[in-house]
Amino acid sequence: MAVVETRRNLVLAGLEPLIITPDSVFVNIGERTNVTGSRKFLRLIKEEKYEEALSIAKEQVEGGAQIIDINMDEGMLDGEYAMTKFLNLIAAEPDISRVPIMIDSSKWDIIEAGLKVVQGKSVVNSISLKEGEEQFIHHAKLIKRYGAAAIIMAFDEVGQADNYERRVEICQRSYDILVNKVDFPPQDIIFDLNIFPVATGMEEHRLNALDFFRGTKWVRENLPHAHISGGVSNVSFSFRGNDTVREAMHSVFLYHAIQNGMTMGIVNPEMLTIYDDIPKDLLEHVEDVILNRRDDATERLLDFAENVKGDVKSNEKAVQEWRSGTVQERITHSLVKGIDAFIELDVEEARQAATKPIEVIEINLMTGMNVVGDLFGSGKMFLPQVVKSARVMKKAVAYLLPYIEASKQAGDKQGNGKILMATVKGDVHDIGKNIVSVVLACNNYEIVDLGVMVPPEKIIAAAIEHEVDIIGLSGLITPSLDEMVYLAKELDKRGMKIPVMIGGATTSRAHTAVKIAPQYRETVIHVNDASRAVTVAGSLLNKDRKIYASDIRAEYDAFRETFLNRSRDKNFLTIEQARKNKLQLDWESFTPVKPNVIGEQVVEVELDVLVPYIDWTPFFRTWELFGKYPAILTDEVVGEQATSVFADAQEMLAVILKEKKLTAKGIYGIFPANQINDDDIELIPPAPEGGAATKQVFLTLRQQSQKTKGAPNIALADFIAPKDNGITDYMGAFCVTTGFGVDEWAAEFEKDLDDYNSIMVKALADRFAEAFAEYLHEKVRKEIWGYASDENMSTEAMIAEEYKGIRPAPGYPACPDHLEKPTIWKLLNVEKEIGVTLTESMAMWPASSVSGYYFGNPQSKYFGLGKIKEDQVIDYAKRRSISTDMAMKWLNPNIAD
Amino acid sequence: MSKEIKDSLGIPPSGVRGNIHEAIKKNILILDGAMGTMLQRYNFSEEDFRGERFKDFPHSLKGNNDLLSLTQPQAIKAVHAAYFEAGADIVETNTFSGTTIGMADYFLEEYVYELNYESAKLAREVADEWTAKNPDKPRFVAGSIGPTNRTASMSPDVNDPGYRAVTFDDLRIAYKQQVEALIDGGSDLLLVETIFDTLNAKAALFAIEEVKDERNIDIPIMVSGTITDASGRTLSGQTVEAFLVSISHIPLLSVGFNCALGADLLKPYLQTLSQNTAFNVSAHPNAGLPNAFGEYDETPEEMQSQIKTYLDDNLVNIIGGCCGTTPEHIRLIADIAKDYKPRISTAVM
Repeated sequence: MAVVETRRNLVLAGLEPLIITPDSVFVNIGERTNVTGSRKFLRLIKEEKYEEALSIAKEQVEGGAQIIDINMDEGMLDGEYAMTKFLNLIAAEPDISRVPIMIDSSKWDIIEAGLKVVQGKSVVNSISLKEGEEQFIHHAKLIKRYGAAAIIMAFDEVGQADNYERRVEICQRSYDILVNKVDFPPQDIIFDLNIFPVATGMEEHRLNALDFFRGTKWVRENLPHAHISGGVSNVSFSFRGNDTVREAMHSVFLYHAIQNGMTMGIVNPEMLTIYDDIPKDLLEHVEDVILNRRDDATERLLDFAENVKGDVKSNEKAVQEWRSGTVQERITHSLVKGIDAFIELDVEEARQAATKPIEVIEINLMTGMNVVGDLFGSGKMFLPQVVKSARVMKKAVAYLLPYIEASKQAGDKQGNGKILMATVKGDVHDIGKNIVSVVLACNNYEIVDLGVMVPPEKIIAAAIEHEVDIIGLSGLITPSLDEMVYLAKELDKRGMKIPVMIGGATTSRAHTAVKIAPQYRETVIHVNDASRAVTVAGSLLNKDRKIYASDIRAEYDAFRETFLNRSRDKNFLTIEQARKNKLQLDWESFTPVKPNVIGEQVVEVELDVLVPYIDWTPFFRTWELFGKYPAILTDEVVGEQATSVFADAQEMLAVILKEKKLTAKGIYGIFPANQINDDDIELIPPAPEGGAATKQVFLTLRQQSQKTKGAPNIALADFIAPKDNGITDYMGAFCVTTGFGVDEWAAEFEKDLDDYNSIMVKALADRFAEAFAEYLHEKVRKEIWGYASDENMSTEAMIAEEYKGIRPAPGYPACPDHLEKPTIWKLLNVEKEIGVTLTESMAMWPASSVSGYYFGNPQSKYFGLGKIKEDQVIDYAKRRSISTDMAMKWLNPNIAD
Repeated sequence: MSKEIKDSLGIPPSGVRGNIHEAIKKNILILDGAMGTMLQRYNFSEEDFRGERFKDFPHSLKGNNDLLSLTQPQAIKAVHAAYFEAGADIVETNTFSGTTIGMADYFLEEYVYELNYESAKLAREVADEWTAKNPDKPRFVAGSIGPTNRTASMSPDVNDPGYRAVTFDDLRIAYKQQVEALIDGGSDLLLVETIFDTLNAKAALFAIEEVKDERNIDIPIMVSGTITDASGRTLSGQTVEAFLVSISHIPLLSVGFNCALGADLLKPYLQTLSQNTAFNVSAHPNAGLPNAFGEYDETPEEMQSQIKTYLDDNLVNIIGGCCGTTPEHIRLIADIAKDYKPRISTAVM
């Protein structure tokens, strides 16, 4: 039929919908929450600083990202854990979770973990035919069932589509399978047609941008409803370090891609200029490259880029000046600048000064190439420049070769050595590997290039067949790291003797030293970047190679040792060891103060008594105003806001006091107590008339992380005299509330849609509850228990906790165990006496309530429990008479991995 | 539906059981009202809830309405019959809390399959009686799938926003068991309802798709979300449109809203939904908002007049009641709905 159906909308959702219609402008996908693209984000995730990591996500959404891409693919990360955790936290941030999520991973398990925690309709990034049709169909079916759209990489069993025809072929096939066999909604298909770098200096990359545009246009015209996306920053990869040129390249690329039908893309908005704002001359040079309009486009942009960068003031004089340096300086200059005009002259001069011609390569040229390597490594040189350097290098070597030959014995006319190069199984990225190959070939190494997705057996067989001297492995995606480890094991198993070089974007010295090197008896070395490869290969093969190999081995061993030691620092004691290291107070010379009143007592106070005890600082925190009271009222940034909210608070406070809107009710009790079994505290309340006393036992948790020498592993129980010392010690507990009536009052405001006053009521009630706790604690110290009857301090000092003794609360750092609350409730009969109840999750109702313990020992102090280990949890579960699972659940936030 | 599929479901030949796809084209279909409100009238005691079978069960069972399908089946059947008598086309099985997650509160996890199976069977028996009486008005059984008492995308602990009391897989497994039993017991369709967290609903839909796939069957699905308050969002924070987008990946018989609000307050959200979906639209609001005693006191007449505005605006294909509604409410709703044509979608989203 000739009826053309209108293009269907692609609809996605976070807390709010994102509807992409044919009229929509380009959809900007945030890229900063990607561990492979942002060092900062990676560091935050590794260090579990999720709060800060969330702020990156938030900034992106505020900055206009309509979808945020989240990627946790990194060799040393537990990707499923990190993805789940981060997405769960995002779900609690409406400012972030209002936009749809793009779940980005090369591992299906991580994608699926992500799909299980997002309520909205997200986008999977990505799946492809790489591992065959069966896997592709299986994953697509599941994505549909989880209710997500999907990015499909232009990529099949053979490899990545790198020209127009392959893009068409793979997209058509993927589309047909998805629509016909999976019944996947065509509007939920988003093709990633692979954006490759241009201006790399390599002939075959000239059409990279144009082929992408043509492919995009073809998809939009031939595959109904499908969309196009891509990672834009790739296109300017070879200009790393020159942001002006990169930004112009991104804008030009997007401009043309959008005209051809690209609908969305992963773009860093900060790395984008407005197309029309690009200076005419820069625009012309960039478009020449992107659109492949001239044969010398790359060279011209490169030259132009030097000017744009503005750090090279080239003038006639400077050109002449460098010629007056030493021979080494001149050779280095030629290599760094890629100038071949003088290289033969300078190399000849060096050869005449050297004892053997080979030394010119090993000393003079290598010195120059090391400078190139450093500049490239620090982002101060771009890839095409390095390729130019390599060409100069090649010219120099070619000039020297006849002399080297002549000085050698007959029959020994090999090059520097033979190197096998391969991108490992499962990985199709080969730009980096190709560059290393070019650079090495320029340096007279014979290259055996096995291409991409090379299985380990093939690498080993080829290494044997070609009798190579070095195996070079490359990989860009995270799973490649595991492949490399596997290959190292295999090499070792077969007793191979060939050293291995590791390179590629996800590889690292850390991973190589910790995970790969230990698997193989021979040398395994990480190579930072292409230019470094020459030096490393030279060192691996020269006559001192044994020394070099053992140096590398020693360096990596030391690195691994430190690395593992660092993890060991985080080690824990067993609970037995921790108990042996408990806080030992001097009980011999300690006489506990006997409380003036033993047993529980209900207390009611007038609200105005509590006002002086209010700590206002947390009140402002409720309103997200940060700073200490009263200084906050005059704060430069938030002062005005703080003053205004404080004035409203005073007004409402007056109403509360006048109309007695809240009532302050509490209960406390102090009882004989002793530490038993190291970590528990036994309380003996007075026996009721005609009955026997019911003991109550508080269970405390003990710090388990390794302490510096001399520091104890504390538990709250340490502050109470042990039973076998024969001393009768004391301990108290309390619960206070000012929360009755708050919900009803707040609801009245809410009914009038007055959220401000509703929050105000609750915030003030919370402050009153805390003030009540503070007031009661003072009474306890000075009168009821009376161990500090001479105490006399200001409110400020009280808030600063300068008094003796503590009142820690279950659920807070010293005793995070919420299950202690029911014990307090039983001990004091809280529910019956003052009506405060505990919810299923052990929250107090009404919310404006505070409960806790009293410890009177002058040496008692607040501390944080930190993480504990499973052995303590198991022991705790026994003491608590609950299942270990239950204990794990309640203590989960405090359990170390 | 092919014959093999019907055989595999044990569905009797048509004539006895109707085809809901046909029925929904012809008329606005009437869903039943509240089950809980009706059961309260019986004032069942702890002993009644236990019946003979659970008389020595070690935990309290009072308040577990789902259990009454086993211990007071006549009462359940009577409620279903009362709604059919009032004019309902569809009744919901008494299985709102019928998952291992919901039944854990009563320590009844091991009875979950049986509870759902028997509940569906009770409703099936009553529906077949009424269809036999008047084959021109076929009656349907919707297997009710509630939200459970836990949320997969929110933390119950304010201090630990990353914590989850239940995971997608926990829910998927629990829902799958419920779905299988509801189908085995004879449900004509499934109703995923009172959705306050869309991720829970997605797990239920995932489980349904798994069962459909494994058994090679199709079964109509109704999805019904809950807008909790005047914010116009679900409890888990989604807007009406976002909710709709997030559940539309599965072919549905209908999408709609129920509970939390009365018909008047629900209307604006229903309008947004109706404008944006090509699926049929359903609504089963509460009988107003609860009064100071937690009772719903909107009269059948009041509710009828509000529902009339839905009909005037061509908003719904399926209409019924949730908390506080009774057979009298449903009778008046059915009375007025018969004069209107079903909504025809003009939506494109």
